Amino acid sequence: MGKIVIIGNGIAGITAARHIRKMSDDAIVVISAESKYFFSRTALMYVFMGHMKFEHTQPYENWFWKKNKIQLIESQVTHLNTANKQLTLRSGEVIPYHKLVLALGSKPRPLPLVGAELAGVQSLYTKQDLHLMEQNSQGVQQAVVVGGGLIGIEMAEMLHSRDIHVTLVVREDSYWNIVLPKEESEMVNRHIRSRGVTLRLGRTVQQIKGQERVEGIALDDGTDLPCQFLGITIGVMPNTGLVENSEIDTHHGILVDEYLQTNVPDVYAIGDCVELRNPPPGHRAMEPVWYTGRIMGETVAQTLCGKPTAYAPGIWFNSAKFFDLEYQTYGFVPPTPREGYDSYYREDRKNERALRLTYDTNNNIVGINSLGLRLNHQACERWISMGKTLEYALAHLEEIDFDPEFYPKLNRSLV
Amino acid sequence: MQRVYTFLIIAGFAVFLVIPLVSFHLLSPNTIRDVVADPARASLLEKELRSIMGKEVSSITLQRQLGNAFAIANEAIVNRYSLTGQQVDQLVNLMLANRLNQATVDSLLAGPDNEFRKTAFSNYANWLYGRAYTRDEAAREALLTISGNINNYEVIPKLGFDRYKKKSLQYSFAKASLTGPAVTHPWMLMFFSFGLVIVGAIGFSLQLLKEPPGIKNNDTFRHPATSRKWLGIIIGTFLILFYIVLYFYPELMTSWVALVDPISFWLKGSEAGHFFLYGFLYTISVVVMGVRMIIKYRHNRYQIVRTLSVMFFQTTLAFILPEILVRLNQPYFDFKNIWPLDYDFFFDFELNKLIASGQMGVFMLVWGIALALIGVPVFTYFYGKRWYCSWVCGCGGLAETLGDPFRHLSDKSLRAWKIEQGSIYTVMVFAVVMTMGVLYTYFTGSATVVGFNTYTVREVYGAFIGAVFAGVVGTGFYPFMGNRVWCRFGCPLAAYMGIIQRFKSRFRITTNGGQCISCGNCSTYCEMGIDVRAYAQKGENIIRASCVGCGICAAVCPRGVLKLENGPARDRFNPNGFIK
Ligand SMILES: Cc1cc2nc3c(=O)[nH]c(=O)nc-3n(C[C@H](O)[C@H](O)[C@H](O)COP(=O)(O)OP(=O)(O)OC[C@H]3O[C@@H](n4cnc5c(N)ncnc54)[C@H](O)[C@@H]3O)c2cc1C
Ligand code: SF4
Repeated sequence: MGKIVIIGNGIAGITAARHIRKMSDDAIVVISAESKYFFSRTALMYVFMGHMKFEHTQPYENWFWKKNKIQLIESQVTHLNTANKQLTLRSGEVIPYHKLVLALGSKPRPLPLVGAELAGVQSLYTKQDLHLMEQNSQGVQQAVVVGGGLIGIEMAEMLHSRDIHVTLVVREDSYWNIVLPKEESEMVNRHIRSRGVTLRLGRTVQQIKGQERVEGIALDDGTDLPCQFLGITIGVMPNTGLVENSEIDTHHGILVDEYLQTNVPDVYAIGDCVELRNPPPGHRAMEPVWYTGRIMGETVAQTLCGKPTAYAPGIWFNSAKFFDLEYQTYGFVPPTPREGYDSYYREDRKNERALRLTYDTNNNIVGINSLGLRLNHQACERWISMGKTLEYALAHLEEIDFDPEFYPKLNRSLV
Repeated sequence: MQRVYTFLIIAGFAVFLVIPLVSFHLLSPNTIRDVVADPARASLLEKELRSIMGKEVSSITLQRQLGNAFAIANEAIVNRYSLTGQQVDQLVNLMLANRLNQATVDSLLAGPDNEFRKTAFSNYANWLYGRAYTRDEAAREALLTISGNINNYEVIPKLGFDRYKKKSLQYSFAKASLTGPAVTHPWMLMFFSFGLVIVGAIGFSLQLLKEPPGIKNNDTFRHPATSRKWLGIIIGTFLILFYIVLYFYPELMTSWVALVDPISFWLKGSEAGHFFLYGFLYTISVVVMGVRMIIKYRHNRYQIVRTLSVMFFQTTLAFILPEILVRLNQPYFDFKNIWPLDYDFFFDFELNKLIASGQMGVFMLVWGIALALIGVPVFTYFYGKRWYCSWVCGCGGLAETLGDPFRHLSDKSLRAWKIEQGSIYTVMVFAVVMTMGVLYTYFTGSATVVGFNTYTVREVYGAFIGAVFAGVVGTGFYPFMGNRVWCRFGCPLAAYMGIIQRFKSRFRITTNGGQCISCGNCSTYCEMGIDVRAYAQKGENIIRASCVGCGICAAVCPRGVLKLENGPARDRFNPNGFIK
C-alpha cells in the first residue's frame, strides 16, 4: 500500500482523491493552505451576494472525508524534495510520499502599477479574498473593476448587488471579444449596461490614486474615476510557486505529458496549474476552468491506480452567466471570421437570446454558442463529433434544446 | 415606497392583533337559549352564568365562566341522575343475596324519577345478574365502576355537557355573544387588517419589478425574516400561535371570524365558522404571495404556469366550490383533496354524509376513491408527484407561495434525509392502519381492533398529525425549517406518491452532461432538502421520492444544468452519466 499525497484541495485535487479512493486502498493525504474542506470556488460570488452561506459551497459534508479515509491537512507546503520524495509543511513537519499530485490552482495576474498594494485594491480568487472583499466593500459608493473576463463580470455583479456603483474597465473594444464573436460580445455589452453597470471599453488603467486607501484611478484617455474599491481581474496564471526551485519543469505552468506526469517520476500535476506539452486537438495548452480540473483529476486517478490513461477531455465546452444572461459554448467558435469557417447566427426578437452554429467548408457543425438559452451538452457534443451538417442541425434544433418546459421552442423563437 | 409598504403590513397586523382585545362578549338569556337547544340544559347554564349576564366581558373571562358553569351543571346533573347512596346499598344487598336480576332491579328502580337510571343500569349492569358475590367490598366495587361508566357515558353525554359538547358550545357561545367593532364594522376592520397587509404585500412584490427579471436572491441569507433572525422568529411564533388557537382554542378567535361573516353570508348564505376564516386567509395568502412568486420568476414560464395552477386550485376547488356546494344543500367537498392526506375521507360521519346525499354524494365518494387508487398512481407515473404537490395541492400551494421566501432553510444533510424517511413512512403506515381500523368499525360496528379503540386512534391522528404536524409545525416552522416541513416529513400522500415516483415514473430531473460547477445553488434552494448537487456534479439524473418538481433548482442553476422532464421510464436513472 502506497501513500499518495495531493497538494491542493480544489476540484482537481479532490476529484483525484475521490477517484483514487474508489479504486484503491492507498493512503491518501490532501493538503491545502486555503481551507480544510473542499469548497466550490465558482460559488464565492453567491456567498457575497447572500444567496448562500459559505457552508453551502462545500459539496461534501464534513464526515465524508473520514468515512472515505481521505486525510485532510490544512497547511502550506513550503518545500518540495523530489529526490527524497518528501515535502515540508510550514510547521516544519515532513511528509513522505510515494506518489505526488500537484493541484496547485492559479493565482490572479497582478496589475503592474504603483498603488496596487493600497487598501481597497484586490483580486478575487481565494476564500480569503472573499473575506477581504467583504471588508473592503464596506461603505463603498463607487467601485472600479479592471478586466473584461469572467471573474471581472462576477465581481461587478457582486458589488452591484450591494448597491455600489460599478465601472467595468475593459481593455478590448467589446466585452470578452477575444473569445466571443462580435454579435455575442455586443449582446453582453448591452446586457451589462442594462444592469446599471458602467462599461468602459477599449480602456486601460494608467494610474492608481490614493494614500493608504485607493481613491481613484486614471484611464489611458485621461479620465479620472473616483473609487473606494478597485477590483483587479485581468486573468489568472498557474500557481507554480512551490515548484519554481525544484527539478520539476515549468514554462507558464507545470509541464506535463498526456498522462499528466511531470518530468520527475511519480510527480503528476492537474488542474489550473498545468501546461500541457502536447494539448489534444481542439484544446489549448492551458485551459484553467472547472471542467478541465475535474477531468484531469479523474484521469490521473486512473493512472495512479495502475491504469495509465491519457488526458482526453473530449469536445471543448464551457459556460458562464453574465448577470442574468446564460452562456454556453461547445467545440470551436472563432471570435473573428476565419478562413474555412462560417456560421449561422440568430437572435430572438428582443435580442436577448442568441444561437450560433459554426460550420466548416463541408457544412459540418464544428462549434455552437448560445446566449440566454440552455443547450443539451450531450446532444451538442454528438453533433460536433459526428459532424452533423447545418441542414441537419436546423431541422433538428429540438435535439439540443435544454430550456425548461413551457419555454418557447428554439426553432420558433429565433428569427 | 419600501417604507410605506412595510408600514402598511405592520399596521395591518397590529389592527388584526388588536381586534380581539377590543371585542367583548355580551350574554343574554336569549343567546343561551339559542346556543343550547335543549331547554333543560339551557336553564342549568343560565343559572350559573348569571354573574356575567348583560355584562361585556373578554373572551377569556367568558371561557372561564363557561368552564365553571359546565362543571357545576355537570355535577348537578350527575347528582340528580346517578344512583343514590341508598340505591347502591340496596343493590349491594341484592348482589350479596345473589338476587340481582331484571325483575329485582326493575322493582328497586321503579317510578318516573328513576326511568333514566333503570334503562342505563340494565344496559350497563346486566352482566352482573345472577353472579355470586360473597364480599361486600367486591360487590360495591363492581357497582361503583358501573355507576362511574353510567355517569361518563350516559348521564353526562346525554343530559349534561361532555368534552365535545363543551368544546362546540364554548365556540358557539363566544360567537353568538360577540359584540364590538368586528360585529358592527366588519368590512372596515377587514380593510384595516387583512386589507392593509394585502396592499403592503402586493406593493412589496411590485418593488421586485424594479429589478430586471432573473434570479434575485440577494441577501436571502442576511435578511432578518429569511435567515432565522428576529423577524423570522416573530413570523414563526405568530404562525405557531395562530395554528394553536385555530385548532385547539377557536373560541378565542371569534372576533376574527366575525370579520368574514359578510363574505360567508354572500358566498354560502350562513355565518362563518373558524375554518371558513382559515380557508379565506389561506386563499388570500396563496393568491397574494402567488402574485409575488409570479413577479419574482417572471422570466420563467414553468414557474408562472405552476403558480397560476396552485392559485386556481386553491381559490376554486378548495375554497369557493365547497361553500357553494353547501349552499346548494350538497355535502362540503374538496374535489382535489385526496386520501390519505385527506385522512378523514373514510370516517363514518363522512361516509354517511356522502351516502345520504344522493347521487352527488355517491359521485363524490367514487371520485375520491378513484382519485386515490387510480388517479394518483396514473398521474404520478406520467408526470411525477409534481402534478399534485406543486401544481394542485393546498399545502403545496401555500408552501410555494407564502413559503417561497423560506425554501432555502430546509436541512440538506444526510441525517435529515434519514429522519425524513423514518418519519414520513411512519405517518403513512399510521394513516393507512387508522383508515383500515375505521373502516372495520364502519362495517362491523365493533369499535375495538386488536385492543385499540378506533375512535381513540383517529382522534390521536387528528390531533397529532392533522393539527400539530400538518398545521402548527408544517406552517409555523416555515421560518425555521423551510416551507415543506409537512410535505417532507409528514404527508402520507406524498409518501405514497414518492414510492411511485422513485420506482415507476416517467419523471426525472435531467442533468446536463458535464456542465455542473458544483456551486450549490440547486441544493440550497431545494425546499425538500434534496442535495441536488450531489447528483448533478456526478452527471446523474435526479430521481428522488421526495422531489415535488417545483423546478426552482433548475431556475437558480447558473449553468443550465437541470431540466425537469417526463420521458421514457427506461434508463431514466442515467447510470452511465456523463461524468465517470
Ligand atoms: C471567482 C471565480 C469564479 C470562477 N467561475 C468559474 C466558472 O464559472 N466556471 C469554470 O469553469 N471555472 C470557474 N473558475 C475557475 C475555476 O474555479 C478553477 O479553474 C478551478 O477552481 C481550478 O481548480 P484547481 O483544483 O486546479 O485549483 P484550485 O481550486 O485553485 O485549488 C488549488 C488549491 O491548492 C492550494 N495550494 C496551492 N499551493 C499550495 C501549497 N504550496 N501548499 C498548500 N496548498 C497549496 C491553494 O490554496 C488552493 O486551495 C472560477 C474561478 C474563480 C476565482
Ligand atoms: S446549481 Fe447548477 S451548477 Fe450549481 S451545483 Fe447545482 S446543478 Fe451544479
